[in-house]
Amino acid sequence: MSALTALAQLRAIRDGVAQRITTVRHCHVSAQPMVLIPLKLAGEAAAPLAAMVGTDPGHPRLLVVPQPRNRDLRFAFAAGLAEVLLPYVEGFAKSTETVERRSGEPYERCLDAPQILVPNRSAASFVGLLGRSTRFRRADGPYPVHPSVPLLGRWLTYFADRSQQPGSSMLLVATEALSLHWATGQSGLEDANLAALMGWIDPPPGTSGRQAAEEAEDPLLWPPAGPATDPGFDNEVLGPAIRAYEEAPTDRAVDRVSQALRTQLDPTWRLMWRAVELLRSLPEGARVKDRWEFDRGSFTRFTERVAEGGPPQARRDGAVGAAARLAGLERARAGYDVQRAHDDPLLMAEYRLTGEAFAGTVTSADPEHSEGEGRSRKLRPLVTVRTGDPVRLTPGTVVGSPDRRGHAAEIVGIADGEITLKIVKGMGRGKTPVPGSVPEPGERVSYTSLTDDFQSSAALPDPERTPWTHGGPPQEYVPSDDDAQEEWL
Amino acid sequence: MSARPTPRQEAAAVVDAVLADLPRHRGVVVDSPPGAGKSTLVVKAAGHIAETGEPLMIVAQTNEQVDDLVERLATEHPDLPIGRLSASGYITPGRILAHPNVSVAGKLPDLGDPAVVIATADKWAWVGDRTWPWAIVDEAYQMRSDKLLRIASLFERSLFVGDPGQLDPFSIVDGDRWAGLSWDPVQSAVAVLLRHNPDLPVHRLPVSWRLPASAAPVISEAFYPFTGFRAGTGHADRRLEFTVDGMRTCQDRALEEAAASGWALYELPSRHTVRTDAEAVRATAELAVRLLQRGPVAYSERGAHPVTAGRIAVGAAHRDQVAAIRAAGVPPEITVDTANRLQGREYDVTIVLHPLSGRRDATAFHLESGRLCVLTSRHRHACVVVARAGIPELLDAHPSAEPVQLGVPVKFPDGWEANQAVLAHLSKHRVRPDR
Repeated sequence: MSALTALAQLRAIRDGVAQRITTVRHCHVSAQPMVLIPLKLAGEAAAPLAAMVGTDPGHPRLLVVPQPRNRDLRFAFAAGLAEVLLPYVEGFAKSTETVERRSGEPYERCLDAPQILVPNRSAASFVGLLGRSTRFRRADGPYPVHPSVPLLGRWLTYFADRSQQPGSSMLLVATEALSLHWATGQSGLEDANLAALMGWIDPPPGTSGRQAAEEAEDPLLWPPAGPATDPGFDNEVLGPAIRAYEEAPTDRAVDRVSQALRTQLDPTWRLMWRAVELLRSLPEGARVKDRWEFDRGSFTRFTERVAEGGPPQARRDGAVGAAARLAGLERARAGYDVQRAHDDPLLMAEYRLTGEAFAGTVTSADPEHSEGEGRSRKLRPLVTVRTGDPVRLTPGTVVGSPDRRGHAAEIVGIADGEITLKIVKGMGRGKTPVPGSVPEPGERVSYTSLTDDFQSSAALPDPERTPWTHGGPPQEYVPSDDDAQEEWL
Repeated sequence: MSARPTPRQEAAAVVDAVLADLPRHRGVVVDSPPGAGKSTLVVKAAGHIAETGEPLMIVAQTNEQVDDLVERLATEHPDLPIGRLSASGYITPGRILAHPNVSVAGKLPDLGDPAVVIATADKWAWVGDRTWPWAIVDEAYQMRSDKLLRIASLFERSLFVGDPGQLDPFSIVDGDRWAGLSWDPVQSAVAVLLRHNPDLPVHRLPVSWRLPASAAPVISEAFYPFTGFRAGTGHADRRLEFTVDGMRTCQDRALEEAAASGWALYELPSRHTVRTDAEAVRATAELAVRLLQRGPVAYSERGAHPVTAGRIAVGAAHRDQVAAIRAAGVPPEITVDTANRLQGREYDVTIVLHPLSGRRDATAFHLESGRLCVLTSRHRHACVVVARAGIPELLDAHPSAEPVQLGVPVKFPDGWEANQAVLAHLSKHRVRPDR
C-alpha cells in the first residue's frame, strides 16, 4: 500500500467516512450500463441459482433456477439470461464510425460499447465460469440447449477475460471501481463487501461510516452481494423452498423460490445503482476516453468474430495464445499505471514521494541552446527547475511531463534541489522551439520518469508452428458430441 | 577403494559429460549453483562447437551478460570470429572494442558471417528467417518461457545453462490464469522445456569455486536441499584480514566476526519500519564505509590482494532501499544494487540488508528463496547481513499461505524454510549494536 493511501485510511478512521484518493475518475461509466448480480448454489463451483439483471434501476429482471442441481433448468436459466443480455450487447454493434489509420486500411469501430457491472471480483469470476459452462453447448446433439446459450457463453467469457485487462471498463467490478477512488477505515478484504464499502463511502444520514459498515455485516440487514449466499438463508429459507419445488414443481413453488431470492438480491441491486451514481459524480480523467476507445475497438473485433462464426474461445490458452495475452496484459498494466498518474496530481504525488517524479518552479531557461555543429546541429533547450521533492532520478534519465504531451527531457544534473533538464522531444525541428514547448521561468512544471511508450514485443510464431520446446503444434479444436458429455458440475 | 575425486576432477567430469551429451540430444540442461563455473562452461562449450565448424548462436538475458560473455569468449578464443547483435540505443563498451575478432552491429547481415553470434533474448526475437544448428542459452532459469517461445525456432539443438536457485522470472500481471499449464508463459524457460521434454539430460555442476568453505554448506543446504554442491576450496585456503586496527565498536566487531567466520548478522533492535528504514539503511552504509577504512586484504588460492571498493557490494530487495543506501554516503565505487541486478555477479565481501528486516508481513516477494539466495551467495570471503531482530517470529506468524494450484510441480526450496535455515546459521554470528 502506498503512503498516501495509508494516510487516507487513517483519515477515514478519524473522520468516520471514506476519503477520496484520486482527484478524477479513472474508469469509464457508461450512460446505459447493465447491472448483473449473479448468485450460485452454495457448495457448487458454477451452479447458477439466480441473477438480477437489467439496465433500468426501477425494473430489474429476476431469473431463478428453482432446482440448481437440474441441468435442464440451469440451461433454461442461461437462455433467460441470454434473452436480456444479448439484445443489450448486440444493440451497440449497430452504429459504427470509420477510423483512419496512419498505416493500413481504415476500419469500422462501434460508437459505444456495452458495460456490465457486477458487485465484486467473485461475481466477475463466476461470470467467467458461467461462460465456460455454456459456450461449448450446442443446439443439436446430446443434451441440446437453446441456440442463444452458446452465444451467451462466448459473450460472458469475453467479458470475464476483458475484466482481467488493466484499464478496461467493459466488465466493471463495483467494489474495485469504488476502492480505486476511495480509501476506507477497513481492510482490503472488508472492502470487498459491497455493503460495508458503501457504508463507509455513503453512510446514511446521522450514521458514521464505521457504524454503517458494522451494520453491513449483519446478513439479515444486508444479504451478501453474492455469488455465495448467506448460510442462514440457505438453511432456513432456500433449502425448504427448493425441497418444496422438488416435491411439486408447480408455478407456486417456483414463485416461492423467486420471492425468497428477491429478498437477497434487492438490497444489492439498490447499492449497485447508488455506486453507479457515486462514480458518475466524479469528474472523468483525461485518458479515460482513450481507454474506452480501446474497449470499443476490442468489442468491435469480437462482434465481428462472432458474426463470422468463429469457434468459441478455447478451454485453455495455447502456448502462443498465452504468451500473446501476457504481452498484451503487461502492456496494458504499464500504460494504465502511467496514464492514471498523468491524469491525476494526487496519484502523481505518490511517485513524487518515492522520488520517481518531481514538481517545481522553472528558475531559468535557455530555449535556444543547441548541441553539435553544422548539419548535425540539434536544438536542445535547457531548463532549470527548483524543487523540494526528494528526487531519486539520476542524470541521463529521460523524463516526460503530464502537462505537455509528446514532450521529453533528459536530466543533465541534480544539485541542491535544482534540476537541469535538456529538452529532447516535442519542441519542433526548427532553429527555435515551437512557442509554448519550452517551460518559461516562473512556470510550475512536473516531470516523471514514468512514460507511456511501451516497447512492442517481437512477433510470436503462428500457433501451428509452436516449437518443440513448448510442446509442438497444438491439436485443432473440432466441436464434437463429446463436448456435451464433459463434467458439468 | 579409490579416493574421493578432487573438486577439480569432479567438475571436469561433469563438463565432459555435458559436451558428450550435446550431439546426442535436442537439448541439454546444466544446473549451476552460485560460482560453479557456468561462464567457463559456456565458453568451453562454445569453443567445442566452433571447432566442428558449425555456426553457433548464444542467448543471454541482459546486455551486461552479453558483454561479459563476448569479452570472455574473445579473450579465450582470440581467433574465433564473434558477432554481437545489439539494439539501436546500445553503446559498445571499450572492453568489447578492444577485441579485433569481435564485430558489433544492429542487423545480422552487417556482422559478416561470424562463427558465433551473441545477443540478448529480446534481440534474438527480432531475428527471423534463419536456423542455427547450435545454440547456447545462458541464465536460462531467469528467462521467461514466452521469450524462449519467440526464439526457439531459430535453433536445432541447444545447451541451456543456469542457476535454479536464483530469482524466478516475474511478471507485473497476475499469471494465475495459466497456472498448471505446461507452457505457462511466466514460468522459466527451463521449467517449460523440461515439462514438454522430460527425457532431456540434466547435469549439475558440483563445485562452487566462488563461495568459501564457510558459505557453501549453508547455501547448499538452504537453497539446493536435494542436489547440493561443495566448495572448491578448504577453510584454510581463504582468509580476510584487516590492516587497520578496529576500535572495538559494534560495527568493527561485526566486520571482525565476518572476517573470522565468513558470516555476520548485524542485528538491530526489533521494530516495524517503513521500507527505507533509516536506522538499518544508515547501519548498512556505515558498515560499507567502515569496511573500506579497515583496509581489508583477501588471501585466497589466487594469492593476496587488497579488497578495494570495486570488490565490495551492498545488496537490498527494493530499488528505493538501494537509492537510500546510496544516498547515505556509500563510496561510488562500491556496487549498491537490488538482488535482481546482482545476479551473476561476484565480489569479495558483501553487505546485505535482509529483505524481511523491519517488515510487518512476509509476502511472497519477500519470501522468495531466490532473492535471499542471490544476496547471500555473491561473496568469495565474507557476507554481513543487516537485519532487525524478530524475523524468525515474523516467519512463524506468516506461514506460506499461497493457494495450491492444480498441475503445478512442487518447487523446492520453500522460501519459508530457506529463510529459517539461513537465519538459524546467521544467529551463531550475531553482533548487536550497543544501545
